[in-house]
Amino acid sequence: MIFAIILLPLFSFLVISFVLRPFFNNRPQLSAYTTICAIVGSLILSIWALIAVNGAENHVLTSTSYQWLAIGDTVINIGITMDSLAAIMVVTVSTISLLVQIYSIGYMKGDGGFARYFAFMSLFTASMLGLVLADNLLFLFLFWEGVGLCSYLLIGFWFHKPEAARAAMKAFVVTRLGDFGFLVAIIFLYVKTGTFDIGELHELALAGVLGGSTLTLAAIGIFSGAVGKSGQFPLHTWLPDAMEGPTPVSALIHAATMVTAGVYLVARMFPMIASSLTAITVVAIIGGFTAIFAATMGLVATDIKRVLAYSTISQLGYMMLGLGAVGIGYASGHLDGHHALTLGVAVAIFHLFTHAFFKSLLFLGSGSTSHATGTFDMRKMGGLRKVQPWTYVTFVIGSLSLAGIWPLAGFWSKEGILHEAHAYTPVLFWLAMITVFMTAFYMFRAVFLTFHGEYRGGKEGSHSHGLHESPKIIIIPLVILAIFAVIAGWLPVGDFLGADVHFSFFGALTSWLAWVSLSFGIAGILLAYIIYVRKLLSAKSIGQSLGPVYTLLIRKYFFDELYERLFVMRFLVDGIFAAFQWVDTYIVDGSVNGIATITVAGGKVMRRLETGQLQVYGLAIFIGILAIVAFLFIFS
Amino acid sequence: MMGLDIAFWVLAVVSVGAALAVVLMRDIFRAALFLVLCFFTVAGIYITLSADFLAGAQVLIYVGAIGVLIIFAIMLTRESRRGSPSGRLRLPALLIGLLFLVTMVFVVVSTDWHVIAELPTEPTTTAIAQALFSGEDGFVLAFEIAAALLLAAIIGAIVLVREK
Amino acid sequence: MAVGLEHFLILSAVLFAIGLYGVLAKRNAVVILMSIEIMLTAVNITMVAFSRYSHVISGQVFVIFIMVVAAAEAAVGLALIIAIYRSRKTVDAEKFDLMKW
Repeated sequence: MIFAIILLPLFSFLVISFVLRPFFNNRPQLSAYTTICAIVGSLILSIWALIAVNGAENHVLTSTSYQWLAIGDTVINIGITMDSLAAIMVVTVSTISLLVQIYSIGYMKGDGGFARYFAFMSLFTASMLGLVLADNLLFLFLFWEGVGLCSYLLIGFWFHKPEAARAAMKAFVVTRLGDFGFLVAIIFLYVKTGTFDIGELHELALAGVLGGSTLTLAAIGIFSGAVGKSGQFPLHTWLPDAMEGPTPVSALIHAATMVTAGVYLVARMFPMIASSLTAITVVAIIGGFTAIFAATMGLVATDIKRVLAYSTISQLGYMMLGLGAVGIGYASGHLDGHHALTLGVAVAIFHLFTHAFFKSLLFLGSGSTSHATGTFDMRKMGGLRKVQPWTYVTFVIGSLSLAGIWPLAGFWSKEGILHEAHAYTPVLFWLAMITVFMTAFYMFRAVFLTFHGEYRGGKEGSHSHGLHESPKIIIIPLVILAIFAVIAGWLPVGDFLGADVHFSFFGALTSWLAWVSLSFGIAGILLAYIIYVRKLLSAKSIGQSLGPVYTLLIRKYFFDELYERLFVMRFLVDGIFAAFQWVDTYIVDGSVNGIATITVAGGKVMRRLETGQLQVYGLAIFIGILAIVAFLFIFS
Repeated sequence: MMGLDIAFWVLAVVSVGAALAVVLMRDIFRAALFLVLCFFTVAGIYITLSADFLAGAQVLIYVGAIGVLIIFAIMLTRESRRGSPSGRLRLPALLIGLLFLVTMVFVVVSTDWHVIAELPTEPTTTAIAQALFSGEDGFVLAFEIAAALLLAAIIGAIVLVREK
Repeated sequence: MAVGLEHFLILSAVLFAIGLYGVLAKRNAVVILMSIEIMLTAVNITMVAFSRYSHVISGQVFVIFIMVVAAAEAAVGLALIIAIYRSRKTVDAEKFDLMKW
């Protein structure tokens, strides 16, 4: 029954690909309806599962595992785990996916690849749902690759645009590096423990059977997969470029679901990863560092989607930091076992949950503005709040939630993470605080540049029929997401995930930590207001006075150059690949050609014997006779 | 047996010399004549071996028929300048020849031959005839086949040389 | 030294070797045929020598047959050479290389 959650969107993909696109090509909207029906079905089943899990013992529904392949002693299963973590994830994925599909009907209207878009979206939803439900690592990896594939297909959706094609390739290759580590870890674990099953691995890790360097290496390998998929440092370079895809794709895949697969993986494997202090420290450090690192680049970005992309990377860093901090507490013995494991998961997944809503809201909002202005460049926008009031209001709600302003959703989930970070990783905590400031700043910079002031796009920037609000089919998902962006923090997610979270609406304001983060946030908003609305300080002069810093940020710390020019071109292409090519040309081809050449040369020599002259043949006969005589003589 | 020895050595030297002349001489006609001389001396060697019938047969057949045949062939295939030059396999052939010679000499010298030293006393003609024509342990079949062979050879030679 | 079987055999071997050289090394086809005759004669000497030193007549009978074959072969061979000469105007053995690669 639970399998149907995955199978419905998958079936939708198959129907669109094999029935609708070939035969009903003139009615593309059928693809949209099919997709939406399938996802509605998944959502209903997910909510049912959520309710069932809530009522079930230990918040777990018994999972069934079917044998898929048996090769000798190796058995590979297909199985589902429906516990609270999985339930939250499927509900989140289904909800956001549904809203994005509805939005896409309006946004993608008139596009030639309309049906193909929905086919890929269905496939993506199916893969993501499968990913969160899988009960063993190999089955999970199958869907892991599935979402990677769909990401590639959807980033490069407008494949005739060279930037889009390149961005898709970049996304795929960079995440591949992470996936490689993940796969190696899976196999390594199998070799050491003989199982792919996640539950069994947890038991082995907690019992201490799986430990030491084996566990650390495996955990780091699994985390590397998460680093790739979630765009953490150093595999972050693909996410900003992935904004070449259609905006709903960015909202669904690169904000709410696929990139969160990395966080989900760490959360799912948390008992195992947290059992190794080294591995979980790596998680925390990379998470914390990425948060501030990405935020710095968001400060100077001019494309609104890129600002949101950096924000996503940064927030994912937060989630990793949350997991890492609690994990450090657990591994170093400060927190007791079961409590710690559920707390870590709860803290990170809660933020994942709220972030999914307000980030996809922000992306869809930016899509709405581009629908009117035809561009994503904030320098060409401005004053849109008069023309697009609904978009403006929902966008501001999303930004406030992201900045962590009480009582919106982002506040509660961020507090959770900051609280744990403060307790176990003080250095990273202060870095996270600075990030709060930066986040608030760059988000409201975006808000003020886009919606306040005067419109800078000129005549050619606007739509042919003037700037206007987007149609209802685009606005309604925005409103729904905005509502969630407000109330999601009040939902008992933490309790549902088994953690002991005390939610107190006004009581949260009594902690000093809340006030510190609120003041950082409000300070960021104020600074943005001063610079971009009041124009008391000039952004330009700040940029010029901090010239080299500005260059560093706008060039993304030169990581693209580092990776592409230095590493790929010089080291790999000119170095290793050239060496391989040399081997291929001269040794492999050389030996094959060499054999041929030798044969021909040998033939050329041998044919000299065929002179056609009797005397030569006679000589040969006599040489033979003498040889035989000699042979017989020697061996008689 | 002094006479026999002297005769053998003289005849041997002459025959070898004649054979060398056949092979080494540039003028074919002279080579053919030396071949005839070689045949004669071989007939003499047969006599030292008490093969009287064969000596006669040698002269008749080889000198008389084959020698003349060869001279005819030389005259009919006279190439203007050529003569009898050496081919390009001179050295390998020389080597092989020497090798062969050495091998044979070695074999001959190192074998223990059971010989009957006395001279045969009977004239051989009768013995040969008896061996050829007696039924059971004779060579009648081979004789007949040889006749057929000669017939075939004659016909073949005629056919080959016919004017079209 | 008294002449024994070995002497005749060695003489035969020498003649055979000379004939062999002539067959392999000379270019004129008629000379090649002459050398073949020398080789056959050498074999004859061996046969007769064995016949004399073992007092068995078969050796000499065999020599008769060898002579028959030699005659037949010389006839046919020379006929061939003449026929070739008619069409090719040469009897140079190195020029007969139609079977070349």
